[in-house]
Amino acid sequence: MSFVYDKIMGGKKGLTGLIILATLILIIFPLLLDSFRLNLVGKYLTYAFAAVSLVLLWGHGGILSLGQGIFFGLGGYAMAMFLKLEASSPENTTIQSTPGIPDFMDWNQLTELPWFWEPFSSLTFTVLAVLIIPAAFAYIIGSAMFKRRVGGVYFAIITQVIAVILTVLIVGQQGVTGGINGITDLRTLHGWDITSDSAKTILYFINCGLLLTVILASRFILTSKFGRILLAVRDKEDRVRFSGYDVANFKIFIFCFAAMISAIGGAMFTLQVGFMSPSFVGIVPSIEMVIFAAVGGRMSLIGAVYGTLLINFGKTAFSESFPEMWLFLVGGLFIAVVMLFPNGLAGLWNDHGHHITKKFAFIAKIFSKSAPQIFEKKVEDAR
Amino acid sequence: MNMQTNTDFTLAIEELTVSFDGFKAVDDLNFYLDKNELHVIIGPNGAGKTTVLDLICGKTKATSGSIKFLNNELIGLSEHAIVRSGVGRKFQTPSIYENLTVLENLEVSYPHSRGVFGSLLFKRNKTVLDKIHEIAHEIMLEQMLDTEAGLLSHGQKQWLEIGMLLIQDPQLMMLDEPVAGMSVKEREQTAILLNKISKGRSVLVIEHDMDFVASIAHKVTVLHQGKILATGNMDKVQNDPKVIEVYLGH
Repeated sequence: MSFVYDKIMGGKKGLTGLIILATLILIIFPLLLDSFRLNLVGKYLTYAFAAVSLVLLWGHGGILSLGQGIFFGLGGYAMAMFLKLEASSPENTTIQSTPGIPDFMDWNQLTELPWFWEPFSSLTFTVLAVLIIPAAFAYIIGSAMFKRRVGGVYFAIITQVIAVILTVLIVGQQGVTGGINGITDLRTLHGWDITSDSAKTILYFINCGLLLTVILASRFILTSKFGRILLAVRDKEDRVRFSGYDVANFKIFIFCFAAMISAIGGAMFTLQVGFMSPSFVGIVPSIEMVIFAAVGGRMSLIGAVYGTLLINFGKTAFSESFPEMWLFLVGGLFIAVVMLFPNGLAGLWNDHGHHITKKFAFIAKIFSKSAPQIFEKKVEDAR
Repeated sequence: MNMQTNTDFTLAIEELTVSFDGFKAVDDLNFYLDKNELHVIIGPNGAGKTTVLDLICGKTKATSGSIKFLNNELIGLSEHAIVRSGVGRKFQTPSIYENLTVLENLEVSYPHSRGVFGSLLFKRNKTVLDKIHEIAHEIMLEQMLDTEAGLLSHGQKQWLEIGMLLIQDPQLMMLDEPVAGMSVKEREQTAILLNKISKGRSVLVIEHDMDFVASIAHKVTVLHQGKILATGNMDKVQNDPKVIEVYLGH
C-alpha cells in the first residue's frame, strides 16, 4: 500500500498531479474567482508552504514539528519589517513625535529605530533574511536536539514551547514588534501599491510560482538518495546510524529546509494580506499546519496543498455562518482523518484509483470469457 | 597470547568493563579476534553477548577498558565513525527498511555519498548497480530486487541485512543471531553463506543453535555473567566441565 503510494510521488503520475495542480491554481482559480476571493486563495496557498514542509519533515522524516508557525512567522515578520519601514517614511509620519519610525514605536515612546530594524530598509537584505534567519534558527534548534538524539514526542513538545515563547516575546516587546496587533498598515513595496487589485493578482501568481517551485525542489530531495535515507531514518534510525550515516545531520538539514519553505510562505502571506501578527506564530496556527498536511496526506507534497485549500475553504464557509463551531469541526475532522484515512486525501485518491482499476478489470473479465484467469491476476495486481 | 599494543589481531578487547547502576554486564573482558577468523560467542541469556557487540559498535559506552580494531581505539568514536572504519553490525531482530525495496535497502547501505549533500547528488550508476546485483546474488535475493523488503520472509530479511553489511565490505562483521527464526533449509544456506563471506574478513557471531555453531565456527567463546568461561575450538568447549555445568548441561 505505502509502496504504491510512494510511487505516485514521482515519475509520470507525479508530473500529472503537478500539472493538474498548476492548472487549478494558475488557470481555473483566476478565471472563476473575483479578486477578493482570489486574494483569499492566495492567503491559503501561503499556508500550503508550511504544509508542504511538514510532508518532508513529518511524513517522510518522521519528525513532527508542532512549531512550523515559528518559521512562517519569522519569514512573515522579516517581510513586514521591510514594508513597515517603507510605510514609515518621515513624510508619511509627520504627525508622530518622532517622525520616520514605525507608528507603534512612536506610541511606545521609542525615539529611534532599534538597531536590528536598520538593515530591513534594504529589500535584498530582507529577502536574504526571509530565507536565512529561519533556517539559521532551525539549525540552532536542530543541532541542539538532534545531536542529543531528542526526538519523537519530546521534539514535538519542545517545538511547541518555542512557538509559545516566540509569541510571548513578540507580544511582550510591543515597542519593537508591534505587540499583539502585529505589524499593520503595509502598503507599498518599493513604491508599488500592494493593496491594489492588480498588485494582488500579480502577487497571487508569484506565490503560485514559488509554491510549485518549492514542490519541485522538495520532490528532487525526496527522489534522491537523501529521500530514501530520510524514510529509512523514520523507520529504522539505528540501522541508518550503523550503516555509517550521521543521522543528526540529515535531520538538521531537512528541518532547516522545511523552516526555509515555511518562511517563504510567511513572507508571501505578509505581502498578500498586508499585515503580520503573533496569531500566525503560536500553537494554534502551527497545529493547523499539521492538520493541513494530515488531511492532504502526510506523504504527498501535492496532497498537502489540497488539504490546505480544503480546510481553509471549509473554515471560511463555516466561520461565516457558525464561527464558534469551526474549531470543534476542524478538530473532529482531524481525528476522523487520522482514524479513518491515515493517508489523507492523497490516500483516498489512491484507493479510489484502485477501485476504478478493479471495476475495469471486472468488466474486461466479463467481456473476455476466453481468458478470465489473466484478468483475475490483473485484479490481484491492482490490489 | 600477545599483549603488546600493536598486534596482528583484527580486534583486541582488553579489560573491558561496562556497568549499569553497579551491575557489571561485561566484567574485565579480554578477547582477541584474528584476521579471517569466524568466531562464535555462545552463552546463557543475560551473559552479556549482545552487550559486547553493542560496546564494539559504539551503541553502549564502556565504563573502562579498550577495544582496538586494526590497532585503532574504537572507544570514544561515534557509531557512524566506527562503521566507516570497517565494522558492520547485524541486529538480533532483522533491522531493514521495510518500506524500501531490496534494491533500495542495498543502495542506502552502499558505502558512498554518506554525507547530506553527497546523498542529494548521488547517482545510481553502473558501478553501484553491479555491486548491488553481486551482493543480491550472494544473499540469494537477486530475483527480488524490486520487492518491498517488508514482504520478504523472515529468513530473507535476515539475509538482506547480512547483504546490507556485505555491500560495505567491512573488515569485521558482527552478526547477532543470524539464523533465529529460520527454517532448517535456510539455516543450511546461511551456514554456506557465512563460510563464504568469512573469507578475507573477520566475523563475530552470536548464536544459540549448537548445530549451526558447529557448522560455521573456527573458534567458540562461552560467555557467562560478563566473563569468559571458556574459549577454543568447538570440541574443546563442548567438553569443558565448567561449560557443561552452566550452559550445555541444562
